[in-house]
Amino acid sequence: MPRDTSIKTVLIIGSGPIVIGQACEFDYSGSQSARSLREEGIKVILINSNPATIMTDPMMADRVYLLPLTVDSIEQILQENEIDAVLPTMGGQTALNLAKEAEELGIWEKYNVRLIGVDIKAIDKAEDREKFRQWMIQLGVPVAPAKTANSFLEGKEFAQEIGFPLVIRPSFTLGGTGGGFVHTKADLDEALNRGLSASPIHEVLVEKAVLGWKEFELELLRDSADNVVIICTVENFDPMGIHTGDSITVAPAMTLSDTAFQLMRNTAIQIMRDLGNFAGGCNVQFSLNPETEELIAIEINPRVSRSSALASKATGYPIAKIAAKLAIGYNLDELKNQITKTTSAYFEPALDYVIVKVPRWNFDKFKGANDTLGLQMKSVGEVMAIGRSFTEAIQKACQSLENEAVGLGYYGKSMMKSEDLVEYIKVPKWDRIFRIKDALMQGVRVKTIVEATGIDRWFIYQIQDICNIEKEIAKYTLDSLPVELLKDAKKKGFSDEQIARILHSNTTDEEVYEKRKALGITRVFKMVDTCSAEFEAKTPYFYSSFEG
Amino acid sequence: MPQTQSALLLLADGNVFHGKAFGKIGTTTGEICFNTGMTGYQEVFTDPSYAGQVLIMNNVHVGNYGINQVDTESTSVKIRGLIGRNLEERFSRYQATDSLDNYLKQNNIVAIEGIDTRALVAHIRTKGAMNCIISSEILDVDQLKAELGKVPDMDGLELASEVSTSEEYEMGDPASALKVAVLDFGVKRNILQCLVDRGAHVRVHPAKTPISRLKEFNPNGYFISNGPGDPAAMPYAVETLKEILKEEKPLFGICLGHQLLALANGIPTFKMHHGHRGLNHPVKNLVTGKSEITTQNHGFGVDPAAVRNHPEVEVTHVNLNDESIEGIRLKNKPAFSVQYHPESTPGPFDSRYLFDDFVALMTK
Repeated sequence: MPRDTSIKTVLIIGSGPIVIGQACEFDYSGSQSARSLREEGIKVILINSNPATIMTDPMMADRVYLLPLTVDSIEQILQENEIDAVLPTMGGQTALNLAKEAEELGIWEKYNVRLIGVDIKAIDKAEDREKFRQWMIQLGVPVAPAKTANSFLEGKEFAQEIGFPLVIRPSFTLGGTGGGFVHTKADLDEALNRGLSASPIHEVLVEKAVLGWKEFELELLRDSADNVVIICTVENFDPMGIHTGDSITVAPAMTLSDTAFQLMRNTAIQIMRDLGNFAGGCNVQFSLNPETEELIAIEINPRVSRSSALASKATGYPIAKIAAKLAIGYNLDELKNQITKTTSAYFEPALDYVIVKVPRWNFDKFKGANDTLGLQMKSVGEVMAIGRSFTEAIQKACQSLENEAVGLGYYGKSMMKSEDLVEYIKVPKWDRIFRIKDALMQGVRVKTIVEATGIDRWFIYQIQDICNIEKEIAKYTLDSLPVELLKDAKKKGFSDEQIARILHSNTTDEEVYEKRKALGITRVFKMVDTCSAEFEAKTPYFYSSFEG
Repeated sequence: MPQTQSALLLLADGNVFHGKAFGKIGTTTGEICFNTGMTGYQEVFTDPSYAGQVLIMNNVHVGNYGINQVDTESTSVKIRGLIGRNLEERFSRYQATDSLDNYLKQNNIVAIEGIDTRALVAHIRTKGAMNCIISSEILDVDQLKAELGKVPDMDGLELASEVSTSEEYEMGDPASALKVAVLDFGVKRNILQCLVDRGAHVRVHPAKTPISRLKEFNPNGYFISNGPGDPAAMPYAVETLKEILKEEKPLFGICLGHQLLALANGIPTFKMHHGHRGLNHPVKNLVTGKSEITTQNHGFGVDPAAVRNHPEVEVTHVNLNDESIEGIRLKNKPAFSVQYHPESTPGPFDSRYLFDDFVALMTK
């Protein structure tokens, strides 16, 4: 269907203050969607309580309200403006919750405003954990055994039934606030209380923990004609048990066979088509048993999310921009790919590079905070790196963390012995990947690390490659360093400074740079073009790499 | 550590790429093409439609999850050679039985890695498909040029009879009332599986089987398979198709089978600039108005103007990227075909309804 011409003015709800678990990604999606609607000639009214955002710049919308994100503010805006529709899927959980609250009070109906992109029923189905579970069971999609508890006693009873380890997941919270793993009976009371009080409706899900399973996220778009495309598949480097916002993530999926992926894709599409009224961007999370490749659905978010902002940058596909067009009635097959300008927007991006996201924590600013990672997001930011291999991307990411890491492994190198390192990496903490590298440098076997961490061995092999090159470089001085080794190191993401520090002599990064420049080992620039170079791109962006 | 033996890739236009040897040490030639899919490399490598092709995988890591005995489309590797950025020797999957490197060695496939595949793909996209040679034993460019000169052009090359079965074989329940005669030009195993899964008893016939033999099976319908090479170089197959069409029984063709159905109706085929190969090609079904993401692997296509002007042929599917013809049906016969691969493997299941349509036609 072409665009719905009855929609002339749209209200976009922003996500409010930047907090851990909900940061500038929603500024990105809000700004993109405002621009996308305005290029269709639609008047955009915006509400956000956070003035430190791009979306609240006067040029982004026709009218910007810097007001608290409350029903009162919404009512004020509706009184002052003729608004046809509200788009609540761009401002994260905050916007969805506000839209839901206004719906319950009959505000939308009173002012004759339509919700576009998603309806309340779909929000409920997806966000209420018990409803989601029942829905999955009805669809025949496997989920982890779980029960919903509304009281402490109920929770205790269910915990006994399900057994340990288990997960407490509060309903309707941001960034997994109040959730956590419970490994023993002794920890149950505290975890239950924390979860129940974090939930605005005093409700938690007591769920069996699938520890050690792999975690994947699919970012997809659906239009009102039921067309669904998978924009990006993101693989978590860390196994189940760490909030995605606190996980190192990789795109495209590195260890997924086509059979396992198609099962995931089919299941995601089945869920999306059964969601009800929905047109826009959505995220579905799965867990995969590595031994049997059986799948369980973890959750879905019927809105653009932190991961869709990442997926947009990772693939070049502007998810929020297209999602806004779908919300006003367009179908995917009527729109053009915004990067190539000639091919269809109805397609699934192909990547010829690797994206790695590494979260950034600031535990040094939160003295006394528990730095063990779990279901509640603790990172305050993240970096995304692009490379022509996983090793290049992970090293570039580590170089960008602004914590003096000049690559994987040169930040606060541990003095721990290998036995202690193996113990240390069993518990997920912010510096786990650096300690894994330390352990490999000390000769700990890949198998031992896989057993200690549950991380897929393919990733550990890649880190071992980095270690092997480091050990090799350490045998040389700058003058004796073989050209092929230097070339290989650059291709695997070693920075000049990293090489300088590893070399068996006093060397500066400038000297390494001069040497490789003289040898013709210089950067090449590659495009993020959505299509693996199959088509010519008109508005791509670029990253650097080493080839040849 | 991976082997560090050097290898060379030479294109017919004289461009040389330096890389490292992978798989078998040796020399191989064929027409260069690229596949943009990010999963399912083993299925792709064993797809008989890739006979004669040297394949670039755009995805930068290939081999990560090893190989197994299940994810195959035929009993051997069919690509002539492989070009990658990072071909992985070490893998991770519980179901995997071997590494990609060993698999290629066992199948005598020469590969090259460490190539700037993105630059290479951009080059092929601009200059078009061409022959190439990979070698990890001859590192002298002039000698490689001489070898490359001996390679025949894909345009006009008949390859289907080389990958077709030499003996008839059957699949599915012999007691089934639904019988499908398959004309094999390099059929993918999962196409047959899709038919069997829908209750069909299939008999697979060698490429040059005469119509009389096909009729002896007394099938409810005919399936014309995918396969490699130039359809215009297969007059024998076009003749068989014309005979089959006289039977007035349901007919379904995929890829090469689609091109042959066009040729049997007087619609010419042509060699494409660089083909469609991947798992993300958007196709619109003009009959239902729905769209589907498809798996594709073809270097030839059917002439769009001739299809549109043909009084007895209807266009059912078009490609949303370049508006090429993706599906046709005959107006006065129960025959239809698609250019893409509805069985996918690898790829999305969006188009598997076409097998249901075929079964529905046969049981009507």
